[in-house]
Amino acid sequence: MEAILAQLLNGLDKGGAYALIALGLTLVFGTLGVVNFAHGALFMLGAFCAVAFRQFITYETITLDPEKLSPWGTPLEIKTPMAQVWFGDFGAVLVNWSVPISILLAIPVMLVIGIAMERGIIKHFYKRPHMEQILVTFGLAIVLQEVVKAVFGANPIPQPMPAELRGSADVGAMLGLAPGMVTYPIWRLVYFLFSATILAGVFAFLRFTTFGMVVRAGMADRETVGLLGINIDRRFTAMFGLAAVVAGLAGVMYTPLVPPNYHLGMDFLVLSFVVVVVGGMGSLPGAVAAGFLLGILQSFASMNEVKSIIPGIDQIIIYLVAVVILLLRPRGLLGRRGVMET
Amino acid sequence: MHLFYLPRREAITLAVFALVVLTMPVWLVPFGAAYPGLMQKFAIFAIFAVGYNILFGLTGYLSFGHAAFLGVGSYTAVWSFKLMTMNVIPAMIFAVVVAGLFALVIGFVSLRRSGIYFAILTLAFAQMCYNLAYSVLTPITNGETALQLTMNDPRVLDLMFVEREAGLPSPSLLGQAMTGIEAFYLVAVVLLIAFYVAQKIFVSPFGMMLRAIKSNQTRMHYTGFNTRPYALTAFVISGMYAGLAGALLAATDPLAGAERMQWTASGEVVLMTILGGVGTLIGPIVGAWLIKYFENIFSGFNDAMLHRTFSWLPDGVQDVVVSVASRFVGEGWHLSLGLIFVLVVVFLPGGVMEGVRRIASLFGKRREPGGDGALKTIPAE
Amino acid sequence: MTDTPGNVVLHVADVHKRFGGLHALADIDLQVEEGQTHAIIGPNGAGKSTLLNVIIGKLAPTSGAVVFDGNVLTGRKPYEINQLGISRVFQTPEIFTDLSVLHNVMIPALARRDGAYKLNMLRALTKETAIRAEAEAMLEDVGMIASRDMLAGSLSRGDKRRMELAMCLIQHPRLLLLDEPTAGMSRHDTNTTIELLKKIKSRGMTKVIIEHDMHVVFSLADKISVLAQGRIIADGSPDQVRGNPKVQEAYLGGTH
Repeated sequence: MEAILAQLLNGLDKGGAYALIALGLTLVFGTLGVVNFAHGALFMLGAFCAVAFRQFITYETITLDPEKLSPWGTPLEIKTPMAQVWFGDFGAVLVNWSVPISILLAIPVMLVIGIAMERGIIKHFYKRPHMEQILVTFGLAIVLQEVVKAVFGANPIPQPMPAELRGSADVGAMLGLAPGMVTYPIWRLVYFLFSATILAGVFAFLRFTTFGMVVRAGMADRETVGLLGINIDRRFTAMFGLAAVVAGLAGVMYTPLVPPNYHLGMDFLVLSFVVVVVGGMGSLPGAVAAGFLLGILQSFASMNEVKSIIPGIDQIIIYLVAVVILLLRPRGLLGRRGVMET
Repeated sequence: MHLFYLPRREAITLAVFALVVLTMPVWLVPFGAAYPGLMQKFAIFAIFAVGYNILFGLTGYLSFGHAAFLGVGSYTAVWSFKLMTMNVIPAMIFAVVVAGLFALVIGFVSLRRSGIYFAILTLAFAQMCYNLAYSVLTPITNGETALQLTMNDPRVLDLMFVEREAGLPSPSLLGQAMTGIEAFYLVAVVLLIAFYVAQKIFVSPFGMMLRAIKSNQTRMHYTGFNTRPYALTAFVISGMYAGLAGALLAATDPLAGAERMQWTASGEVVLMTILGGVGTLIGPIVGAWLIKYFENIFSGFNDAMLHRTFSWLPDGVQDVVVSVASRFVGEGWHLSLGLIFVLVVVFLPGGVMEGVRRIASLFGKRREPGGDGALKTIPAE
Repeated sequence: MTDTPGNVVLHVADVHKRFGGLHALADIDLQVEEGQTHAIIGPNGAGKSTLLNVIIGKLAPTSGAVVFDGNVLTGRKPYEINQLGISRVFQTPEIFTDLSVLHNVMIPALARRDGAYKLNMLRALTKETAIRAEAEAMLEDVGMIASRDMLAGSLSRGDKRRMELAMCLIQHPRLLLLDEPTAGMSRHDTNTTIELLKKIKSRGMTKVIIEHDMHVVFSLADKISVLAQGRIIADGSPDQVRGNPKVQEAYLGGTH
């Protein structure tokens, strides 16, 4: 029982990441009709917003302490992060909490990037065949990835979580089980709650605002919405920007869990596409449900008991599920009939 | 006799192409590219691209997973060297067969869907193979250290005839070692055969069916064609070409690593095909040669060479230009590749061949309007 | 006047189609006789497209069956249905726009000869002289031989339709299904199409035409079924249908 609960929890954070990325993918495909192979790159860029922010505030100025000496007899170097220089003690707080704070940086940056991508390139491909959309966004993904590699280097850059949120919470005790049986790292819990909040926010936005209503109408029948004289262009741009922000935020908060590296985007992209396929192309609830489902499934597959029966299952379980779904229920769990069927 | 027949236009193309390929060691000299290793790469990737074009160019199905077949071909070839014989012919045959089987399975599943779903599925399968190669299948693939020849390989067939020599053996064809210029000529001959087979497919009714699938799959269905076996056949054929290319990579350098199966390698062949001209016979080959040529040049660039190239600029400007340019060369070659990819898709989706056609039409040749770079009107035969 | 009933080629037997709570089709019973031109007409929204999709196998009926020459069509894939002998023309002509007119017509001939799949890679297309001759003869027949090397995508709408008809006819179908063949056409093109269809009719081909242009229907049909709100409200010869008050009401003043 405890083992199951543990694995269930284990899958929640990854599931949250998949759900967020898949949500953005589905939004863009459902409204704009564009398959965005660069979406994973947006996730990666969000993660590197956190990296950049932290590098900025921890950039160290080196001063020499005239009184103390190092073992070599030279004046001791005092390395002070810039944040501390400017903000004193508060600066230390900033450094500690750099990951969540970089959300503030990520939102405008991702918005700008998203809008630039849409206005600059994607917009010209609405009328062009799907294949060319795939190709150009694929190329964009490579470019973005390589730019990040050029600027930040090829090695992963680990990002620590705030000190207060390290360690594990005794989830088992909270649920009435014996204490110490089921613990769960706090940050992963935070990530799950964070992703759930964003998901809820996006759904609320789509449901309760006029803009959201137009978007949903556009997803159901783009042609008619256009004919109704609604300026669909601006809304498309905003949609893309929103999807970029969602992906970026997913990336920012994920950094303590997986050290960001330049090919993070593609790693997550393939899996997220699979999630979308399983959930049903064009279905937002499907994307979210499938994201969590597959995250948890992957977690179960990593259990040692399971791996001893079928080695390597954790690597391929998601792909296998996708294959099975595609063979048995092509439109995915919650997809609409007729979307993308041969 | 009609089994080997080619229409006149294609026969001439083949003859010219054969001439070009076999004289490569000569005309590549002014380009500074007449090294056997590089020329072998030209030929091998041309084979890969030609095969890929049979799927993508003719049927329009975009696969992001063909690097997996390349990798499978390499691994199979190396195992053939290790277990049986260093002779490259059996290695090539096994590689083609095994890659074909992989393609059959992957294609069968992936073709249940079309368009975007298909592309995603092929990408997913390729990633899966790559993951497996690095983790679970390491007994077969040797994971990160890559599969290599050792001194104690069984080499059953070889050792029935010959004593075990000292040192590592090298792949051979009929007793001739596969190195240097001889290896290039072997690969070149294989390329010509592969090209000829592709031509036969292009001009056959089967090839016409593939193109019809790309043109209007609905009409194909309602005209009585079951398009799925056609697409699957094209997929398997292109997978076999990829396997052959992989085997030749291993034959010229007996090493098989999983990085050959990464999605970036798949992306590269897509780029070669598009850059050269999707749907034309020669286009993908041109694309492959251009990419490999510039890769050879640009990845070798370092700052010192950049400074020399831009030495005619004043010092301050030169430094700025060099630091910017250095991002695009050496390790940054992939960045340049990505940019080229985007530019080609945006501005010239028909690739180099389309560019050539446009320039030719400027000189007054009247052509039927419209269409992409593919064969448009076929003159009265 | 009642003809002696000829051989029934297509029987839409007691078909119902529901989409959730919506009854798109109810109590549909239609019999198409050999050699006849049977038109299905009705105002927009009457269910013509749904009925067509049920006949052609794209939609499964909620109940009832579609039987063609003794074969049940329901549940079959489009290519199987074509191989059984039904060729179809689309509202917007579905043709191979990137290929030449000649190749457009050769391809259906190859389907007829070789079946749903054939691995014929050994022979060059240029050697398929018999098929090419057949295609050229067909193009002559429809009056398009002059355009044989033109790119199909560059043809006019009327010519695309003519070529599409040639593509169907070369398969010698038992039944030709025409989905609004004159939709979106100029008066001139419409008349040309009608002339061509009359020519085909005079050879005894069985045809089902879905139309809502009355002029086309009354020039060509031997028998008309009128569809309104998912039901057949009238069924008979053109004269019978023309005088039927229910039909006039359904069309609310109609086109003529």
